[in-house]
Amino acid sequence: MLDFPLWKRISLWAITLILALMAIPSIASLSGVNLPSWADEPQINLGLDLAGGSHILLEADPSQVAAQRLETMEESVRSLLSDADPRIRIGDVSTANQRLSFMLEDAGEIDRAREILTPLINGNGLVREWNMTVMDGNRMVLTQTEQGLEQAVTDAMDSATDVVRRRIDDLGTREPTIIRQGDTRIVVQVPGLEDPQQLKDLLGQTARLEFKLVDANALPSDIAQGVANPGSELVPYAQDGDFAGQFEAVRRLGGIRGDSLTNAQQSFDQQTNEPVVSITFDAQGGARFAELSTQNVGDRFAIILDDEVISAPTFNEPILSGSAQISGGFTTESANALAISLRSGALPVDLTIIEERTVGPDLGRDSIVAGALAMGIGSLLVIVLMIVTYGRFGIYATIALGFNVLMVLGIMAFMKTTLTLPGIAGFVLTIGAAVDANVLINERIREERKRGRRVVAAVENGYREASRAIYDANITNFIAGVLLFLFGSGPVRGFAVVLIIGLFTSVFTAVTLTRMWVAGWLREKRPTEINV
Amino acid sequence: MKLLKLVPDDTNIKFLKWRVPFYVVSLLLIAASWALVMTKGLNYGVDFAGGQEITGTFLEEPEAPIGELRDTLGTLGLGDPVIQRFGEVNQVSIRVRLPESAEGDPAAANRIATQIIDTVTEQHPDFRVDSNNTVSGKVSGEFREKSVYALLFAMLAIAAYIWIRFEWQFGVGALFALFHDVSLTLGMFALFQMEFSLQIIAAILAIIGYSLNDTIVVYDRIRENLKKYRKMPLPELLDLSVNETLARTVMTSLTLLVALLPLLLFGPASLFGMVAAIVLGVFVGTYSSIYMAAPILIWLGVTSHSFVPEETVAEKQDRKARGEI
Repeated sequence: MLDFPLWKRISLWAITLILALMAIPSIASLSGVNLPSWADEPQINLGLDLAGGSHILLEADPSQVAAQRLETMEESVRSLLSDADPRIRIGDVSTANQRLSFMLEDAGEIDRAREILTPLINGNGLVREWNMTVMDGNRMVLTQTEQGLEQAVTDAMDSATDVVRRRIDDLGTREPTIIRQGDTRIVVQVPGLEDPQQLKDLLGQTARLEFKLVDANALPSDIAQGVANPGSELVPYAQDGDFAGQFEAVRRLGGIRGDSLTNAQQSFDQQTNEPVVSITFDAQGGARFAELSTQNVGDRFAIILDDEVISAPTFNEPILSGSAQISGGFTTESANALAISLRSGALPVDLTIIEERTVGPDLGRDSIVAGALAMGIGSLLVIVLMIVTYGRFGIYATIALGFNVLMVLGIMAFMKTTLTLPGIAGFVLTIGAAVDANVLINERIREERKRGRRVVAAVENGYREASRAIYDANITNFIAGVLLFLFGSGPVRGFAVVLIIGLFTSVFTAVTLTRMWVAGWLREKRPTEINV
Repeated sequence: MKLLKLVPDDTNIKFLKWRVPFYVVSLLLIAASWALVMTKGLNYGVDFAGGQEITGTFLEEPEAPIGELRDTLGTLGLGDPVIQRFGEVNQVSIRVRLPESAEGDPAAANRIATQIIDTVTEQHPDFRVDSNNTVSGKVSGEFREKSVYALLFAMLAIAAYIWIRFEWQFGVGALFALFHDVSLTLGMFALFQMEFSLQIIAAILAIIGYSLNDTIVVYDRIRENLKKYRKMPLPELLDLSVNETLARTVMTSLTLLVALLPLLLFGPASLFGMVAAIVLGVFVGTYSSIYMAAPILIWLGVTSHSFVPEETVAEKQDRKARGEI
């Protein structure tokens, strides 16, 4: 037990010093000291509750993806069948009950229709995306397969993550973290943010831009009653605009989607000087827009953003330039936010903020200072208590405690784990509990001496007999820590991390290191009496 | 140097003499705790109830206008906002539970948070938002579920470990002591209506861990003494074991307390509840290791044979032959 050959002493010291030294860069930067760059790593990660920043959890609704796929499918089926030569006429189209069903006017065309639609059904060929059945001889029913929908949700979330990343990059924040979580969630963490509301507005905006023709035949009385003509739908005006509360009847199909934009910029209208967003279409979108505006000169069209009408201007002339201006009661900020959203592309699904944790930079700094102060006072009290109770053995325990704290920090920095506010509580708890091993050992040595054992035997027995309880206690604590880590979230996990690492370092420093020091002292001085 | 002795040598306190009254009181306390939890309920924070907790500073006002905030935010129709001083005199915490109408609307939580911040900053442009915790009903439901799992699994896993390392009676004893600690902590939170958050779950798991330290130290000594003093009656042996480990029990509780108290007094305001729970747990845990975990062994029928199998006649004769008896 007390035998420490040279190689063992060297390796124990090496482990201790290397791990303890790794804490230095973090301590330096926490106390505001600038180290030369070669000594600046590794750094401990500060949680957002200490560094200040925003943690935002976004969630998508998969049923929305399903609904959009159905709508796209309807458009594709209509255009494929009407482009067929000769044209296949269909009627009684319905997208109710999450399936697309329609009737062929001529039941004899069923095989031809099936052939035309097969490529759509099979999608990219990896998974079968739709099931197609024929009912009553002339009704075709398309339903989404589970794998097809799953794949679509995954794709949507992948591209949503990209869009979110582009938008946050556009804000110019430093080191954002954007991670997919589970099937339908995205975690966004942005440190040190001045205006979290701006970020939230940006993430909450789907930015699905559509241009649809206004249904000129709609009667105001019908609109007031919420009734639309066949092939049309009612879309509400934006809540914060001049026409809030009113509706516009627009043609469901035949519009243009804003996903074919190459650029969007906030600018000012040259006549009215109000903030607007200038958009530029890509070649294909530009051609479609030119066609639409040429065919409908003198008609009104609605600019629809996220299912709300922003404005409904008139095509005064064909727009052939491939660029356009969106106006509708913007402020400079909201126009700028919309421009960023449009530039980064529309989110393929709406994202809802279901959790937000924001901490201002001042509060975080105050927490670190208060936490460090409390930790200092607490450590001092523990040290005094240990030394007046156990004398020399208390001093060993105290030095071990110092290395313990450094090693926990060092390991956390090396492993790039995150120190959070509850993590500070974890540190204090580790300090209070780490000396428990020394208390157990020292009390045992006292007992063994009282029973009349000689010094070396008493120390040896003290360490051996106390180890059992020390290991059992640490393993059970480890179990509690791991479960907290598995089921906990965010800051609380930081608490578990400190506790778990602290368990390992505590056993190492409080048991192994002190034993080495005690053994060295016993060998050198060969005391016949010890004061413990 | 004369060293400090917190506990005199060779104490012989008859802890176990009063085991029945203590058990009765403890069982009553456990029952009372659960009754409190059932009737008064836990004061769930935003983590578990959903809603918003916003803290902020009025930079240019000597004192936070708490009464006025209550009035203005009360008119928003968000139910009863809890507005308290938080830290300094010019700092407040505004807590609003998610209204029932927000169920099934995950976006509501965030919308309400924006509404609150806008309302306050409109009247007090010097209001600086220090923190904003907004949790939707969906997420808070998940937190509740996960927390229950964490506590249950931790208790069961630990009991199983003790069972493997000791005997089943010790596993049951440890589990019972943990149940006692968790119940009393919950009861205390229900009684004083302190905010119950995720941090408190972390605190309870820490309490479980450290209460168990004490239990294990006592159990380890009981096991050792069971092997050593095979003829000693169990109550006496338990008393001896508790007394032998008493100095350590007191010292460790004390080091934990002196480490934690500064954090309770001078630490960040947002850690107060968590640290208070752990400090409370240090007392409850120490008590339960002595008065809950040890006596139950008597009733569960632990004997010296629990660790050393009874000698067969042949073995006894064998020892006699070697002259050991």
